[in-house]
Amino acid sequence: MAVKLMQGNEAIALGAVAAGCRFYAGYPITPSTEVAEVLSRELPKVGGKFIQMEDEIASMAAIIGASVGGLKSMTATSGPGFSLMQENIGYAAMTEIPCVVVDVQRLGPSTGQPTAASQGDVMQARWGTHGDHPIIALSPISVRQSFDLTIKAFDLSEKFRTPVILLTDEIIGHMREPVELPDFKTIRSEEYRVTAPGQEYIPFRNESGDVPPLANFGVGYRYHITGLYHDQVGFPTQRLDEIDPWLERVNTKLDKHLDEIALVEEDYQDGAKVALLSYGCSARTARHALKLARAQGKKVDMLTLFTIWPFPERQVEALGERVDRIIVPEMNLGQLAYEVERMAGRKKVRRVVRANGEMVTPQMVLEAMEG
Amino acid sequence: MTAKLSPRTEIRLAGEGGQGMILAGIILAEAAAIYDGKNAVQTQSYGPEARGGASKAEVVIASGEIDHPEVLNADVVVALSQEAFKKFASSVKPGGLLIVDEEKVDSTSAPQAIRIPVTKMAFETTGTVALGVLVGLTGVVSREAIEKAVTARAPRGTEEMNHKALDAGFTAAEKARK
Repeated sequence: MAVKLMQGNEAIALGAVAAGCRFYAGYPITPSTEVAEVLSRELPKVGGKFIQMEDEIASMAAIIGASVGGLKSMTATSGPGFSLMQENIGYAAMTEIPCVVVDVQRLGPSTGQPTAASQGDVMQARWGTHGDHPIIALSPISVRQSFDLTIKAFDLSEKFRTPVILLTDEIIGHMREPVELPDFKTIRSEEYRVTAPGQEYIPFRNESGDVPPLANFGVGYRYHITGLYHDQVGFPTQRLDEIDPWLERVNTKLDKHLDEIALVEEDYQDGAKVALLSYGCSARTARHALKLARAQGKKVDMLTLFTIWPFPERQVEALGERVDRIIVPEMNLGQLAYEVERMAGRKKVRRVVRANGEMVTPQMVLEAMEG
Repeated sequence: MTAKLSPRTEIRLAGEGGQGMILAGIILAEAAAIYDGKNAVQTQSYGPEARGGASKAEVVIASGEIDHPEVLNADVVVALSQEAFKKFASSVKPGGLLIVDEEKVDSTSAPQAIRIPVTKMAFETTGTVALGVLVGLTGVVSREAIEKAVTARAPRGTEEMNHKALDAGFTAAEKARK
């Protein structure tokens, strides 16, 4: 494909098509609307379905239903809609039905500022629904990565039977950059589902650390799906000897695979005592500051997180052992910084935050290195 | 009267919603990234209105990587409304270029501003005239690149009108140089 100037949101939509997404249900909201706009045009061309729903609660319900029916499914929204989706995101986590939810973060809380950027949904992505459950959230830093991480989101969602949040922001979503996308035919996606009848099938088998494969509804297996705690075939249970193994399995099912899930980039220099740690649009600012500082001869480490959840604990803990100070620029009042503090110690972390819709500037990051 | 552009060239195009400032930003970025083979990042900000309200496009052009995507110290500011002028005139770096709409902007506070009646020259293709002026005065992209980019983006049937607007912008830039 030729080089094209493209928005992050367009790249997400095309990434979804390339990943084999064939169902989209959503309710348009700034600054995510371009994802729906492009998919309403592109999905019918490949035999997919696009539905504009009455709201975000219904959108989330629709993609869960379509997914268990056998189609890779996605929705896209922003803060207010993401809040409405939370109940059903919990349902997808409880029933272990794969789906991808794109959240193009805008300034909140509430209606906030629809066209202004933010990274204020970091914690909502992790803890927005109730109860304990794993979740995966990925955060791209460029238009090209918006495409790549959308494909990754589908793969992780299918493989681990979990909702995956593509946590992008207004800057990356609306930004245009030149990109050259690969031929979609070259994008390989693995089949994790049970798509043929005739095998022994236990949809929620509680072997420790296991992800039992999902059988598409309608291929010949009878099982039950409920948001209640359920036994291995999906029927409601109140028995602790069935609840506890579920809790154990589901809440540890990502643990053995963290190296595959935790996507980070470590750009380290020997002897550095200061590090920058960032993600999404603010990682662009941090990298700008990093180059300016290094051009002045300073030694600085940079850790960019592309996976926000599960939090890359091992990498951040190791960084905390390397350096004396970790500067965390982000467009909220320090949501990711909480996690960095947890792994590296509160005294090492310096927040560089802005939550008024304006980007953190490279100057703010440079000042945090000095002071 | 030419601006000395930084290796990381930062351009801010601001006006009212409906003047085509965001589309002009996209066309400029495409001229740089697709037809001139450079790197470019385009961002924007606008209010909730489809017409009126403040509207701003930013384009950063460089030969290498562009990290922070927004304008930090503008090499060039184009302001086509009084509000845009008030908000962004001061963001031009020393030695940078400030282009204002002669009729819509009272720029007595900025004697160095280049005044061109952009909106009067073409109502429907204001953004394209502005691009002609901007490229004519700065050479930030090649004339060939901006012409190709305008052709690629002009709605069918408006190509000729847009090229006339672009030429008018180049001519106005030529006059302003003298």
